Amino acid sequence: MENESIEDGIVALIKKAETDLSSDVVNALKKAHKVEQGIAKTQIETILKNIDLARKSGRPMCQDTGIQTFFVSIGIDFPYIDKIKEWIVNGVKKATKEVPLRPNTVDPFLGKNHGDNTGEQIPYINWDINDGTDVKIISFPKGGGSENMSKLGMLKPGVGIEGVKDFVVEEMIKAGGNPCPPTVVGVGIGGGADLSLKLGKKALLRPVGIRHKDKTIAAIEKELIERINKSGIGPMGLGGKTTVLDVHIEKAHRHPASLPVGIVVQCWADRRAEMIIHSDGTWEVK
Amino acid sequence: MEYHFDVPVSNEDIRKLKVGDIIYVSGKIFTARDEAHHMMLEKDNISFDPSEMALFHCGPLMKKENGKWKVVSAGPTTSSRMEIFEDKFIEKYGINVIIGKGGMGERTEKALQKYGGVYTAYTGGAGALAADRVEEVLGVYWLDELGMPEAVWIFKAKEFGPLVVAIDSHGKSIYRDIK
Repeated sequence: MENESIEDGIVALIKKAETDLSSDVVNALKKAHKVEQGIAKTQIETILKNIDLARKSGRPMCQDTGIQTFFVSIGIDFPYIDKIKEWIVNGVKKATKEVPLRPNTVDPFLGKNHGDNTGEQIPYINWDINDGTDVKIISFPKGGGSENMSKLGMLKPGVGIEGVKDFVVEEMIKAGGNPCPPTVVGVGIGGGADLSLKLGKKALLRPVGIRHKDKTIAAIEKELIERINKSGIGPMGLGGKTTVLDVHIEKAHRHPASLPVGIVVQCWADRRAEMIIHSDGTWEVK
Repeated sequence: MEYHFDVPVSNEDIRKLKVGDIIYVSGKIFTARDEAHHMMLEKDNISFDPSEMALFHCGPLMKKENGKWKVVSAGPTTSSRMEIFEDKFIEKYGINVIIGKGGMGERTEKALQKYGGVYTAYTGGAGALAADRVEEVLGVYWLDELGMPEAVWIFKAKEFGPLVVAIDSHGKSIYRDIK
């Protein structure tokens, strides 16, 4: 098991996420291109050209290469659990130079850029433990423009699910062109303030076009997509039929007195890539 | 209508433009985000002339190769963050072409109307494509103080676009019409 090889794997993982958009997102954008006209069509066309150029030239599709975010699922019998964080942090530093990535970590008090995409608590790593001997790492670089449109609503339980739906639609209309629509919207309902937002972010890991397995929730997702798209905000807020590519909902049980709703927005550059590290140190990125 | 302009764009050409027109610009473009706007409003002597350039709301991803800066990816950043500075910025530096994304507010609209300027939208996130239209990096200011995204970068661009005229000099805004 070579540390350096796995760190190079992390670089490959980040590079894949930053330069090569998943086919589920590209297909949704191609569909949008068919239904749009005029300025909206031009926007989607530019996006598709850009995706193509990024993939072919191996350069990040967006200059905002995001806050480096990872979702790690550890197999409990993986032999090098103590090394994983170090691999990720070193991989991020290397990727900053090699991909390259824009240095995006700024001290909130001093305003000083750390220069290598690491810093306190960053890269942001979400840990999860499962059975097995492999480690799965999802790279999920998150841009600032879309993250700025996140919202937490501590709604009154009395407003019910209708109130939740209205809140999501209203907030997405308020966001307008700011989060680089067409977006993917993650909605976390229940839990508490922090958990609802975390669920909203996790909801974005689900591929575009895949509905929630609960039929009632799936129907609400569809309704929200229709309602937000009816707003006419359109690609980049310049008008059109496609404001969201998808809406994904995840839920947790809530306190009787609370109805937290966490909205997390992802721009059209819904960047995700996955890496598996096996117990013998070999790895693959897909 | 579609237009191809060299920067600086004449006042006559600016006044011709209407919301929904598409333009492509060639010539000098400088990047400025929140920090650079703030700094340039406070400074009195800067060593480049913004009035002969287009203003680009952008924090580019740059790379130094053989001692020369190259643009890797350079799409627009969210313009609404600059709303609190832009009217004064337009007045002080004579900017008449702004490139950004997501739209701007009433203060900017009024300044564009008063001084004759347009706010244009470049497709957000299309950073690789935008970088492809930059022929040369002419300079960088305040890189050490502000860091790569916030520094002022001066690009020589060719056929930079398509840029959608989203706020024109006649008081019209595409964003207001949609809302």
